[in-house]
Amino acid sequence: MEEKRYTISIYSENNIGLLNRISGIFLKRHINIESLNVSKSEIENISKFTIVINTTEDWAHKIVRQIEKQIEVIKAYYHTDEETIFLQTALFKIASNLLFDERQIQNIIKESNAEIVTVSRDFFVLSKSGRRHEIDEMHEKLEPYGIMQFVRSARLAVTKAEMPISRLLHDFYQDK
Amino acid sequence: MESVKSEKQSKTKTTLHISGAEAIVRCLLEEGVDLIFGYPGGAIMPVYDELYKFQDSLNHVLTRHEQGATHAAQGYARVSGKVGVAIATSGPGATNLVTGLADAQIDSTPMVCITGQVPRHLLGSDAFQETDIIGISTPVTKWNYQITEASEIPEIMAKAFYIAKSGRPGPVLIDITKNAQFDSFDFSYEKCERIRSYKAVPKPDEKAIETAASLINSAKKPFIVFGQGVILGNAEEEFKAFIEKTGIPSAWTILGLSALPSDHPQNVGMVGMHGNYGPNVLTNECDVLIAIGMRFDDRVTGNLDTYAKQARIIHFDIDPAEINKNVKADVAVLGDAKETLSLILDKVEANTHETWHQEFAKKDKDEYEAVIRHDILPTKPGLTMGEVVMAINEASNKDAVIVTDVGQHQMVACRYAQFKKSKSSITSGGLGTMGFALPAAIGAKMGAMHREVVAIIGDGGYQMTIQELATIFQNKTPVKIVVLNNNFLGMVRQWQELFFEKRYASTEMVNPDFVKIAEGYFIKARRVTERHDLNDAVREMIKSKEPYFLEVEVEKENNVFPMIPSGASVSDVRLK
Ligand SMILES: Cc1ncc(C[n+]2csc(CCOP(=O)(O)OP(=O)(O)O)c2C)c(N)n1
Ligand SMILES: [Mg+2]
Repeated sequence: MEEKRYTISIYSENNIGLLNRISGIFLKRHINIESLNVSKSEIENISKFTIVINTTEDWAHKIVRQIEKQIEVIKAYYHTDEETIFLQTALFKIASNLLFDERQIQNIIKESNAEIVTVSRDFFVLSKSGRRHEIDEMHEKLEPYGIMQFVRSARLAVTKAEMPISRLLHDFYQDK
Repeated sequence: MESVKSEKQSKTKTTLHISGAEAIVRCLLEEGVDLIFGYPGGAIMPVYDELYKFQDSLNHVLTRHEQGATHAAQGYARVSGKVGVAIATSGPGATNLVTGLADAQIDSTPMVCITGQVPRHLLGSDAFQETDIIGISTPVTKWNYQITEASEIPEIMAKAFYIAKSGRPGPVLIDITKNAQFDSFDFSYEKCERIRSYKAVPKPDEKAIETAASLINSAKKPFIVFGQGVILGNAEEEFKAFIEKTGIPSAWTILGLSALPSDHPQNVGMVGMHGNYGPNVLTNECDVLIAIGMRFDDRVTGNLDTYAKQARIIHFDIDPAEINKNVKADVAVLGDAKETLSLILDKVEANTHETWHQEFAKKDKDEYEAVIRHDILPTKPGLTMGEVVMAINEASNKDAVIVTDVGQHQMVACRYAQFKKSKSSITSGGLGTMGFALPAAIGAKMGAMHREVVAIIGDGGYQMTIQELATIFQNKTPVKIVVLNNNFLGMVRQWQELFFEKRYASTEMVNPDFVKIAEGYFIKARRVTERHDLNDAVREMIKSKEPYFLEVEVEKENNVFPMIPSGASVSDVRLK
């Protein structure tokens, strides 16, 4: 079966130890996590994990079932790239003198729609959000001039389809 | 609605100002626990101090190793259907629980383990006997939680019991820092009945049940494989009604053993690596395979690429994660077996499948001639494991709880032991934990004092938890212990013989005098080396009102057949 990139979205209670429990599910199956993000979700007191893996649909499905089985997980989903809106953000720390000495850098910033987050005497920081390949391209272009520090965030994604967590919770409290 | 709620609250809302340690004991009592297994140590001493005060209402059994406590709790749970409880100190006490947790996890046994932990302010300081038992136990627990404040105790303990026993059962570990045991708070207890992020039992889907029923009704050669789900769901009666109406031949996985009486005419035996010939071969000839409360373990299916490919598959299970995990289901019937089986009963048509049954009978005859006869009625000198199991059947009137360890004796015992009642076979199936049987038998006996409990153990596995003889002696627990001594790690030796050209690497055992050892623990003991002594010795053992140890010296190099070599197809099951 064909391997693809899948984005797994997990809605869960916010508990110590759950990250360990979820990452263990990948570890047990020897599956590499490409990126992982944990944040609050659209629902109060409910966390959201966004995990990217490269695998077959069969495995994506099985993994999501195993994740949902964890007591503190409310619901988990997997989606392909086509089914999600996603981006990543990267920060580039670059020596300030380059901004003035190297004309080209200003063009790179303009062309890539990067933002200047801060400028100080010694360095300035660029932030670039977008698809992975756009960040990679910008990295390639800046690399010859010297990058003091680079970091790229995990993938953030929302899905085109609904993820009806509020309704699930509503039903839970209605059932009582 | 309102009045029911307030009544419930008034019943449970008696507030006491007590220590965390006392609260833990009171939580256990609230959950109806009257027996726990464990081993004390520094970080759990406040709780032991309370156990001392509450000893009239809560019995604590001191095992000789924390692993023994977990297996005893498992044996207790498996025989009684209640939650088994084990308790240990931090550090080494906690890590000694890991094997039992893993065993309970893979065999879906409801268990709550409580561990002491260093005080909150010392967490992460590498304090004496500090170990990250939450991190260690995460992959082998259904749920775990570290309590660091006394006030958390009632809610977390209530959750622990609810999670352990609901849905697909499993082990829960609660780690409690010492400060939380010492601190006082206002205690009140309310049982947990649901958790918003956890759906214990999926709602049965009418349509799936309809589809399953019509598939069953049109099947010419339907075949049922049932597992522990029938037992865990207390669905034995519903299951029997279902198979009797449909007339479908039914085989069990090792953990499904005893859910259906051995002499039931539709009981066609065991599936899997050392299962019966007919059920294995005919798996690949049935047209509809109905799996009930089983998980298509690789020891059951052999090579998945050649497993029941010709059949439509109906999978009844409580755990959605089991559907399509190993074998793709054409119809998935999610839910509690008791409920789904009773729902489908009205929708299936009566049948007998006589000619199809005859195929099982024919294969059974082949197996009898090639294997069974030689196992249970041997003519050559040298005792067989099979004849010992048959002697136990006879002496116990097929009414004993049989607890087995892991190896050849386990396969032989499960093949030949006969049962009338459910929850009577206790074995370590999924994990295959040598050392399981002796402590599990102690727990089983304590969970069913009115029943005969016979542990059947190999000479290898016996020595992994042999120290629990002291627990038996101290508690005067009248379990019967049978060691089938082949002076080998027999199952491994069998593989070495068949697949490694008889290179017996580290499988020969030079054993101690097991009778003297038992006698050293003041347990009545006897050794049998000749066939003509066997029945008498087994009868004497069963009659004994006290614990009894019986060593039977069996043939050293006998093999267990039938056998599906690992990676082979179920239809390639070998008779020799
Ligand atoms: C704790 C543990 N270690 C190793 C094994 C691997 N193993 C499976 S069966 C077996 C041999 C068991 O020997 P014995 O207890 O004498 O039983 P027999 O097969 O001879 O009946 C071994 C070593 C295991 N299942 N469990
Ligand atoms: Mg042996």
